[in-house]
Amino acid sequence: MTDISLSGPAAAGKTLPPAQASAMRLPTQWLGVAPFIIFALMFLILPTLYLILGAFQNVDGAFTLENIVELAQPTIRAAYWISIKVSVASSLLGAFIGLAIAIAIVRGGLPNWTRSATLTFSGVASQFAGVPLAFAFLATLGRLGLVTVLLRSVGVDLYQYGFNVLSFWGLTLTYLYFQIPLMVVIITPAIDGIRKEWGEAAATLGATQWQYWRMVVIPVIWPSFLGTVILLFANSFGAIATAYALTGSSLNIVPIVLYAQIRGDVLHNANLGYAIAFGMIFITGLANIFYIWFRTRSERWLK
Amino acid sequence: MKSGKFWAWVTFILGAAYFFIPLIATMEFSMRMKRGEYSFEAYRVVLGDPRFQESFTFSVVAAVFTIILGVLLVVPTAYWIRLRLPQLRPVVEFVTLLPLVIPAIVIVFGYIRMYGSNSPLPFLSSDMGTNALLVIGYATLALPYMYRAVDTGLRTIDVRTLTEAAQILGAGWTTIISRVILPNVLIAVLSGAFLTFAIVIGEFTIASLLNRPAFGPYLQNIGANRAYEPAALAIIAFVITWGCMSVIQVLSRFAPKSANRPN
Repeated sequence: MTDISLSGPAAAGKTLPPAQASAMRLPTQWLGVAPFIIFALMFLILPTLYLILGAFQNVDGAFTLENIVELAQPTIRAAYWISIKVSVASSLLGAFIGLAIAIAIVRGGLPNWTRSATLTFSGVASQFAGVPLAFAFLATLGRLGLVTVLLRSVGVDLYQYGFNVLSFWGLTLTYLYFQIPLMVVIITPAIDGIRKEWGEAAATLGATQWQYWRMVVIPVIWPSFLGTVILLFANSFGAIATAYALTGSSLNIVPIVLYAQIRGDVLHNANLGYAIAFGMIFITGLANIFYIWFRTRSERWLK
Repeated sequence: MKSGKFWAWVTFILGAAYFFIPLIATMEFSMRMKRGEYSFEAYRVVLGDPRFQESFTFSVVAAVFTIILGVLLVVPTAYWIRLRLPQLRPVVEFVTLLPLVIPAIVIVFGYIRMYGSNSPLPFLSSDMGTNALLVIGYATLALPYMYRAVDTGLRTIDVRTLTEAAQILGAGWTTIISRVILPNVLIAVLSGAFLTFAIVIGEFTIASLLNRPAFGPYLQNIGANRAYEPAALAIIAFVITWGCMSVIQVLSRFAPKSANRPN
């Protein structure tokens, strides 16, 4: 019970003495995590390092920046650009819509069943990605999809207005199907963490509703909100199955270019493939460094 | 407060519409296979397709092996970190989060280049080796979820006391992990297992690039060549995901409350 009051470092300090006491048996200590470390090295870290090193080598294995420079060629640059656009759009839209839904079910005064139904459904939908999701959206917004057909029967021809499910907006709309629920699942505990007492305390001090939101609620959920946006970004940036099943290769996002390169060396330069992979890790890595940083900052408030 | 409630309802209903319309549309589309009437013809065709049965079975088996590998890898590690090497926790947690940073396509690309037939560890030179690599890749994908689930489970039990008690009774490490720790975190492990199953069953990228006859590539293939069957498959996949998530939710009711929560 007293654990609640202990902050992270203090709790870690409490468990230190036994570890020190058994420092004599260091080799057996490390044996316990050896399988995990070996697995992680062999199947996660080394394969990634292999690609990263390859990105900075030419065919003969000498160091070069040529592959990185070649990423700027029009097709690859366009692929990165559209990937970033789709990821930014789907993560920002997903985050704001998800936040709105989470606030509605936690604070909106809706009956209790809406909350449990939303959370259950979000758990499912956040994992419902990949090829089947593409099928669902083709059946909905494809040329013969139900919504397309219904709208056409009342005189609104989506495709005449330039909409296409195999496009930037089509892909973004599809990605939202797992982005919004993921946001709901992650942000709801953060909103739960806002205690009623804080609102009462603010009101006692004479704060208006707006001041309470601006000076209490938003600062508290901000880090975890921003962190989740970044997680959503990485989530859609690396996704390929949905886009591939939806658009074939008509919309060239980065993972699809890389997929084609792995299958058949379409760029005629193996090391350029490594460079594309490196670029992807670089972007999601950058995003995740921010994520971890924001996450640790926000967890201070959610104890 | 009145208007707040109104907007809450509007948000909820709009959200529900966005999430249910595609499901309804897919359901409707999947039943249109016979001209002029609704039928379950597409489902009959899909479920009767031997390639469906083969690829689905393949993926189920792969998922089961993935879960076994994941449990063998994660439970002893998470346990040992809690018991003896708490100073290593940040490192291990960081590693388990890496699969969220490194896209699956990059990981499998690395495998293909590192474990090709003329490498020192030629996983890809035989069918069994490639299957093993597929399971390993899946275990890597599921690592963040499995580790989190197990670690949360371990947080609710007193690892040190249980271990000492077992040691006093003369138990060795294998006995402690398999007969004391594992049963105590079984619910957490099962949650992780079902989540792993949901992730792995329709996985496309790794299976496709390793040329495995799995369910994901089969789905993609059907999607490229048929009209109504994909919609039926999407509904089936949704039901499978729903099933896995429901099991997790039911299991969580049996889980002991986390010691860190003040409620």
